[in-house]
Amino acid sequence: MKKAATMIEAKTKEIIKKHGGDKSSLIAVLQDIQEQYNYLPKDALATVNEEMEIPASRIYEVATFYNTFSLNPRGKYLIEVCAGTACHVQGASRLMDKLQRDLEIECGETTKDNMFSLEEVRCLGCCSLAPVVRIGGDIHPYLTQDKIPKILGNYRKQG
Amino acid sequence: MKKISTIDDLKKAGEKGLKSLFPDGVKIVVGMATSGIASGADKVYTALDEEIKKRKLSYILAKTGSMGMDFIEPLVDVIEKDKPRLSYGKMTPAKVPQLIDQIIKGNVDKIRPLYRIDEEDVIITGEVKHYLVGALPEYLKDVPKISELPFYKKQVKIVTRNCGIIDPENIEEYIARGGYFALQKALRTMSSDAIIEDVIKSGLRGRGGGGFPAGKKWQSCRNAPGDIKYVICNGDEGDPGAYMDRSVMEGDPHSVIEGMIIGAYAIGAQEGFIYVRNEYPLAVANLTKAIEEARSLGLLGKNIFGANFNFDIKISKGAGAFVCGESTALMASLEGKAGEPRAKYIHTVEHGLWDRPSNLNNVETWVNVPVIITRGGKWFSEIGVPHSTGTKVFSLVGKINNIGLVEVPMGIPLKDIIYDIGGGIPGGKAFKAVQTGGPSGGAIPAAMMNLPVDFDSLWEAGSMMGSGGMIVMDEKTCMVDLARYFIEFLVSESCGKCIPCREGVRRMNDILHDICAGKGKEGDVELLELMAKGIKDGSLCALGGSAPNPVLSTIKYFRQEYDAHIQKKCCPAGVCRALIRYEINAKKCTGCGVCAKKCPTECISGEKKKAHKINQKKCIKCGVCMESCKFEAITVE
Repeated sequence: MKKAATMIEAKTKEIIKKHGGDKSSLIAVLQDIQEQYNYLPKDALATVNEEMEIPASRIYEVATFYNTFSLNPRGKYLIEVCAGTACHVQGASRLMDKLQRDLEIECGETTKDNMFSLEEVRCLGCCSLAPVVRIGGDIHPYLTQDKIPKILGNYRKQG
Repeated sequence: MKKISTIDDLKKAGEKGLKSLFPDGVKIVVGMATSGIASGADKVYTALDEEIKKRKLSYILAKTGSMGMDFIEPLVDVIEKDKPRLSYGKMTPAKVPQLIDQIIKGNVDKIRPLYRIDEEDVIITGEVKHYLVGALPEYLKDVPKISELPFYKKQVKIVTRNCGIIDPENIEEYIARGGYFALQKALRTMSSDAIIEDVIKSGLRGRGGGGFPAGKKWQSCRNAPGDIKYVICNGDEGDPGAYMDRSVMEGDPHSVIEGMIIGAYAIGAQEGFIYVRNEYPLAVANLTKAIEEARSLGLLGKNIFGANFNFDIKISKGAGAFVCGESTALMASLEGKAGEPRAKYIHTVEHGLWDRPSNLNNVETWVNVPVIITRGGKWFSEIGVPHSTGTKVFSLVGKINNIGLVEVPMGIPLKDIIYDIGGGIPGGKAFKAVQTGGPSGGAIPAAMMNLPVDFDSLWEAGSMMGSGGMIVMDEKTCMVDLARYFIEFLVSESCGKCIPCREGVRRMNDILHDICAGKGKEGDVELLELMAKGIKDGSLCALGGSAPNPVLSTIKYFRQEYDAHIQKKCCPAGVCRALIRYEINAKKCTGCGVCAKKCPTECISGEKKKAHKINQKKCIKCGVCMESCKFEAITVE
């Protein structure tokens, strides 16, 4: 465990250095940490606190204000159900229900096998393909409840 | 590449770009904006690449942005010397070998092009560039010209002038279409005052939603005391259902950069920021490349075009907060803080980013600037209507046939956009309303189809321009559910700073949820109206101030739907789940059993080849049965 913490610390320092260490780069630093670990590990935030001399309370404020950040580990594939208006009028909420049923988790949770995290996203800007769901960065257009089991199966197969 | 510091350098780069746009050989261009890729353009691109290599052809393969015709993507254009540019829609990897055969043989027998482009207007210079030289080849006689397509006929492309035409990663192509000439003109021949005057004369109003005159804003920022000033581009396109800024940032990033440099010169700013939504990775990538390229050519940096003017741009990625589209919240976010807006009596043009004078405009506003500089403010002011000049890009989405981005002159009647350009409502359903302005806007009913689409008319109708989302709804869209949807959105996106918005919107959400769940009470609508007034008056920023708009406009135009939910406990559009029932039409049911197999609660039963039945007690109303029935035997009651 200790070794992992030191590695996170070193990586975080590297990220902070890349952005120049200025306090205004906090969001960019957190984005890079999030990208690296798929969430914001506590050890990384402690390093940000020390290195950038930003109070932990402010880091926590920023980390919880923006939707991109997660304080809990996310699964391997992030499933983002688009909740944009175009997707909504084309029935996106039913896709969310179907995913919740099939994955046996609520929106905002991660499956036990750490494979999938389910979240809602505010418009991916692919309104012409509505309703869409983004899984692990790939956009699945014109999605129906019917297609979901096969798509999830394919990601599971990929491992 | 050699640095560009004179007009001759620019012309030379432009000549190279022209050769790339109008090559001597064959060039195939794939629309690779986000919408294109999501419909499979990357697979088509790979297939083309492999086929060209396999046959050892010397074709050029290139990428471009989006033409706005999202309903026919993936789009592939074929350019051959002296022939019209041909566009093929809905391309697939399987069609690629046939397409190559056709190019070699010189026919369009198997895969028909959707349209041909004989010539192109270069809006910045007013020139016309010809693809077709000489007579039209006989085999293309039946292919319609792009200008004859209903989708295009009424469009005027100023903001999206280069999208879907140039390679966003190729600065020479941008220059070939008049790019950076406005910058050269501004820096070498115009004073700051002259530029600002021209922008004021153009009548350009902020395209982010508010519609504040851009020239006036520039002037205030220029006149604000202080040596260090900033220009900011708001690319945090948060309105759900709007993606025009994404398309421009992806397809024509240099136009954003050029507009910002001109603005910075006029205002006296040395540094610029582009704040882009984190959800737009391709826009970030293309802008980053474009900035690097502009910098390496000396178009950003010190002494641009030999003038005593230094300027550079940084990109900041948003982190997923709708409120950051608000200017003061965006600036807080740029400073690395939580994006909370502040009171507007302190103007950002005087005390903005890091308390310094800052001029923020939306992507679309900046992109208009180079055109205004080259063609003149007067030319621009003659497009559109007197108080709303120029064009506006709309994302036409929802229940409409031709889904995509459309750019129209301001003041065009709503019905022209819905029927002529949009091609009407799919499936012969009735057009009900269109929502503009996102969560801050409102619904405009079908009865107001003749409404001219401009800043003031939309405002008077109880909606607003917003950033340009235009969501079309048919008879199967429930307006109460729509209002609930927007309010729910705003509940999670309210920054929480002021109580009327944080708590008031939440209470409105509770009431709307109850109405949709069949628990609505007499007086709920009146209570919503009362709360709306309090929230409007008591909120600090535009998010709270406009939050009740979707509720108020739907109450105003669709009161009968609210009454149906509250009094009759029914949802006329068949959307609100607590108020609907799925039934199987025994006459249409073939007893195939597909629905019973798909039903997650196993509530459908029946003998094979005989009409099935739904057990209403077990039904969770997920709608899977209706989705899977091939015989339209399942209906919503």
